[in-house]
Amino acid sequence: MDTNLLVQYGPALLRGFGVTILCWAAGCAIGMALGFVIMLLRQIEVKPLRWLLRAYIEVIRGTPFLIQLFLLYSGGPAIGLRLEATTAGILGLGIYGSAYFAEIFRAGFQAVPKGQVEAAHSLGMPYGGILRRVILPAMLVSTVPALVNMMAILTKETVVLSIITVPELMYEMQTMAAETFASFETILGMALFYWLLVEAVSRLGRRVEARVTRFLSHPSNARA
Amino acid sequence: MAITESPAAAVKTPAPAAEPTPMVTIRGVSKAYGPNVVLRDIDLTVNKSEVVCLIGPSGSGKSTLLRCINFLEVYDRGEIRIEGQLVGYSDTTPRRRLSNAELRGLRRNVGMVFQQFNLWPHMTALENVAEALVQVRGMDKGAAADRARQMLARVGLADKADSYPSRLSGGQQQRVAIARVIAMEPHLMLFDEPTSALDPELVGEVLQVMRDLAADGMTMVVVTHEMGFAANVADRVAFLDRGRIAAFGPPREVFHESPDPRLTQFLQTYHERNSF
Repeated sequence: MDTNLLVQYGPALLRGFGVTILCWAAGCAIGMALGFVIMLLRQIEVKPLRWLLRAYIEVIRGTPFLIQLFLLYSGGPAIGLRLEATTAGILGLGIYGSAYFAEIFRAGFQAVPKGQVEAAHSLGMPYGGILRRVILPAMLVSTVPALVNMMAILTKETVVLSIITVPELMYEMQTMAAETFASFETILGMALFYWLLVEAVSRLGRRVEARVTRFLSHPSNARA
Repeated sequence: MAITESPAAAVKTPAPAAEPTPMVTIRGVSKAYGPNVVLRDIDLTVNKSEVVCLIGPSGSGKSTLLRCINFLEVYDRGEIRIEGQLVGYSDTTPRRRLSNAELRGLRRNVGMVFQQFNLWPHMTALENVAEALVQVRGMDKGAAADRARQMLARVGLADKADSYPSRLSGGQQQRVAIARVIAMEPHLMLFDEPTSALDPELVGEVLQVMRDLAADGMTMVVVTHEMGFAANVADRVAFLDRGRIAAFGPPREVFHESPDPRLTQFLQTYHERNSF
């Protein structure tokens, strides 16, 4: 790659990288928060609410992210929702992720050993306390691998945001490619870059996993 | 002679002259899963400081009955009262089933020990015992930890306070589970096959803790396959068969004098399995 290109476009690429990370982190945070709330709401035994949430998850999972994003960004104004590109991008990522996160949390919730919850009930613990101190920690252990996987997938989905002109890395890279015709190298570089990013997220995930499951280990003489 | 309420004596009189105070009264309790009837018209009274063992073949309904007492299992008909308070339903006609939130007041006085211990694996032994003290009794963390330490000492596990359950043997885990319950000072303790998941050599340590509790006057309802424990520690034994109480009385009567053929068969199977 031409070094002049890096000097010329470096700052823009760096900014783009920042926007990518921002969209990814905020999208993941919104997606997980929303997904968690959806999972909790799905525990409520009210039929219309259950259908509604089920439909939400099915529609989000059953349609391409790109189309969801277009609907939100271009279709939004039709219902009075006028969003700036980056805001729409983050919200779109969050909504897209929430359906998957909700399913991951649901599986995690169901995997919490029933006896651990019964023990808490039998001691007279309040549900909020049981959720916070018994259910959530157990869920964390069983869902971390799936959560990390979904977060890795979302790093790659951020490139779609370039289509609604969010100035993230892919967008900046395309701008550079269009202006310099250096397209092959840039695209190869991009692929490498996203692969490294996913790798970093996975590595981080493995460390988190080791951290949250350390109490399950059984070293014979280790200090507790 | 005027007889007042007898104190929780360490040594129990086999036939108390004093009017016993009922702790649990079960009247006409029935339960069915669809067409499958698991409890049929059960009547049972457990008095204060009494140890009652529920024995019987698997599927006889003994665990279900035990779990109905703190409403982990819903019963359909009849009533269960603990210290006069109706379990699981509002005391009105027609009765309304109570939510978990409404059951908290009752459950804090009724401890339960499970076959699979059900410790919280992400907490140390100490944290397992202290958790409900903080959440239910409203103790501050320091005081709860002190009390948890005392309770662990009482079950002989003072040195395991900082161990996670995964580093404890089954017997130790069950003793932590018992400490977690007695820390709450329950009026009544329910044991659901507390030694069935243990290796044979670990059963003794758990039974010893239970014997100590019984000697201290704890009211206990114990579902068990440990006939030796039932014979030596229980004040009364109930033999359940196909959802009914087929025999009930002091262990001597139930084990040696009952005419019930199913009980005879059950005890015979038990003896055969345990002789070698």
